[in-house]
Amino acid sequence: MRLIDRNMTVFLGGLFILTVAIPLMQGNILPGYAIQLAGKYLCYALLAVALDLVWGYAGILSLGHGAFFALGAYVMGMHLMREIGARGVYANPELPDFMVFLNWDSLPWYWLASGSFAATLALILLVPGCLAFVFGWFAFRARVSGVYLSIITQAMTYALMLAFFRNEMGFGGNNGLTDFKDLLGVSLSSPEMRLVLFIASALALAGGLLLARAITASHLGRVLVAIRDAESRTRFLGYRVEHYKLFVWTVSAMMAGVAGALYVPQVGIVNPGEFAPANSIEVVIWVALGGRGTLAGAALGAIVVALARTLLTGWLPDAWLYALGALFILVTLYLPKGIVGALGDLRPARKQSKEVPA
Amino acid sequence: MRLIRLILLCLIMPAAALAQSFEEIARALPEGSYDDRADRVSALASSGDPRAEALLTALVGGDLAVLKSDGRLVIVTDGSATDALSGDPAGSVTRRDVTPVRVNNNLRGHVRAALGTLGLVAESPAARTRAAAQVEAAPDPAQLSALEAALSRETDTKARDALEIARASVLLVAPDATPDERAEALALIAERRGAAAQVRIRPLLSDPALKDAARTALADIERAEALRGWGLTLWQGLSLGSVLLLAAIGLSITFGVCGVINMAHGELVMLGAYTTFMVQEVIRTHAPGLFDWSLAIALPLAFLVTAAIGIAVERGIVRRLYGRPLETLLATWGVSLILQQAVRSIFGPNNRQVGNPSWMSGSVEVLGLSLTWNRIWIMLFALAVFGFLMLVLRRTALGLQMRAVTQNRAMAAEMGIRTGRVDALTFGLGAGIAGLAGVALSQIDNVSPNLGQGYIVDSFMVVVFGGAGSLWGTLAGAFTLGIVNKLAEPLAGAMLAKVMILIFIILFIQKRPRGLFPTRGRAVEG
Repeated sequence: MRLIDRNMTVFLGGLFILTVAIPLMQGNILPGYAIQLAGKYLCYALLAVALDLVWGYAGILSLGHGAFFALGAYVMGMHLMREIGARGVYANPELPDFMVFLNWDSLPWYWLASGSFAATLALILLVPGCLAFVFGWFAFRARVSGVYLSIITQAMTYALMLAFFRNEMGFGGNNGLTDFKDLLGVSLSSPEMRLVLFIASALALAGGLLLARAITASHLGRVLVAIRDAESRTRFLGYRVEHYKLFVWTVSAMMAGVAGALYVPQVGIVNPGEFAPANSIEVVIWVALGGRGTLAGAALGAIVVALARTLLTGWLPDAWLYALGALFILVTLYLPKGIVGALGDLRPARKQSKEVPA
Repeated sequence: MRLIRLILLCLIMPAAALAQSFEEIARALPEGSYDDRADRVSALASSGDPRAEALLTALVGGDLAVLKSDGRLVIVTDGSATDALSGDPAGSVTRRDVTPVRVNNNLRGHVRAALGTLGLVAESPAARTRAAAQVEAAPDPAQLSALEAALSRETDTKARDALEIARASVLLVAPDATPDERAEALALIAERRGAAAQVRIRPLLSDPALKDAARTALADIERAEALRGWGLTLWQGLSLGSVLLLAAIGLSITFGVCGVINMAHGELVMLGAYTTFMVQEVIRTHAPGLFDWSLAIALPLAFLVTAAIGIAVERGIVRRLYGRPLETLLATWGVSLILQQAVRSIFGPNNRQVGNPSWMSGSVEVLGLSLTWNRIWIMLFALAVFGFLMLVLRRTALGLQMRAVTQNRAMAAEMGIRTGRVDALTFGLGAGIAGLAGVALSQIDNVSPNLGQGYIVDSFMVVVFGGAGSLWGTLAGAFTLGIVNKLAEPLAGAMLAKVMILIFIILFIQKRPRGLFPTRGRAVEG
């Protein structure tokens, strides 16, 4: 199996062209906020790739991937809060505004590392990774699978949402973290920083795609597909199914965390709403629309849906939920293999033999 | 003629005598020793005469005086005098025209106590009860005789109860009460007042005679309070459990029989609530007299509306996705988004007003717990729905077929059961139950497009915890989660309690991946 197949070539090529073209076209053909918007879409795309890795290849339908995304986002947000320093409303050099407001006199221990950028980078991977590892350790060992697993992943993100809503948690409660000023000393609103973040998002997406592809094209990836299609049979063949699942689950969560971390500086806010179960379910439809188990298709699906949302909410705000709801129904009924799968079916000569059952 | 005159005289006489004596006593107020005057104050207060309050207030405030010119008793306010007995103005006076009625601290205290007992002789029992409560709140030994007098002629049970407690409160602080009297008073207060008596009893711990009695009384009260607290928590837990049961039970049978997670279940509940709203709107404009029947009318309508939608969803979407549970989950989520937005477009995003019928408002006192009627009815309703479903499953042909399909779909089909029809009817039944739940929830929750979203995760938890497809499991799951939630809330706060329960369920699933009461069926094979 080649690392870079046809779909991947097309997608990475397109991604490269867009990454070059969007900054050039911004201001004349595209509106001034195009870079930020595109950067946001690329983060969604990376999240979709992360979900496709577990859903498309290991058959784990996670309804809680938004939680890993949001955790990465919060880790980044905490660092950005610390960068504000004494420029906050209360001008406290040490504490973020909301802590001053709550009359806290020192930083909680879990905020200590967020002052360092290097530590933040590590935590972006570690926090979602650890949660996924612990959660997966319990879930996969107990052989929780199918809809049960989906429901408890939903419960996980719901529980985190409720927890993050509490002011006492020390993450800004309802309002979340916002009013960021700069990153590594460069203002977040400067064009250079926006360009850097956009390119970083594109690189992260490309990297994520290649990593996911490397995993799925390896021997390990073949075992994952076997688990997806016949879990018991794979177990009887002697494979430790739970170890494979746990590995890919944790990698996927870290990838989602990176996506969240890149997302925050580009949108300027993170709040507990990111943990809402509805957000996580929406990610699933991105993957389903693009094509489950196609990686590049998942990324494409995320971008298509996000673009449609931006256009439609600006144009007909009430129609968006109808459209999204219809998308869920139509894709599951008529487009089980997604856009990429449907395109593949149109090319009988290179017809893929891979079947994707539930 | 003479007889009539005699009767009339008899009727008039007591009033005249009383009026005369009130005035006589009042006029005698400035004279004699302080002890005599204290007795007169008590007599005035217990006379029941409406003038007593103004007179005694003036006395304690130092505004009561005797006019030097004609010896009339007047109340002086801002230099102008009013006759204390007749209420007529007596012109403006200076300090030289009057002799103030002198009071010392002892008498002043006595007057204050007497003022506190004025209400004890009021006309209405409610006013007497209030006055007794005032005495109880600030007991004064000087009020004892007035209380006992009031007690001896009291006929109203409630007022009598209040007076007895007031008397006991006074006895507790009275220096000349015998230890027996005080012990009796202590027991009475502890028994009747519960936690509210703690403040009154606690000072008695330093009283050597009553120390032990006070300690036992306090311990008893604490025990009773703890019990009451547990009772309240249990009730709240059962109440929450019944709500969860209503929200989850429809979900449970659809999952059990069809192996399908219906993500639109919460929205069907919401539609049931909106049906109630519509019914009430129509009743408000066309037949206001039927308002108390609104829920009875809404129940079948809500069932039909949501069941029809459920069957349509099953026929149109779910049917094509059997054997692919995860895809069904996504498609029904799409349905839920559309239903939510449709309701938002039609009814607007804000809460809609749904009223309680009269028989659902108010509360009832049971064993010292105040239980609201709407919660009681919802609990009964949840159990009734449960019983109804049990009957359907155990006693009808459809129920038999449903159980057969749950256990072995292929075999059931072999036996000639039209599994497709069973699926559709089951889905419709589950959806209809969601509508019924919506009618009930409209009584205790905000009717808004987001109503369903608030219950969906919780009801999934109930189903997962109890075991999908098992009615008993759902019952046990709903009440367990409801009670555990309410038990954990005071310890950790509402939000954290919920988080803890979710974590608990996630861990529970490790041990029992199929819930408390696992069923054998298609859902298990997946």
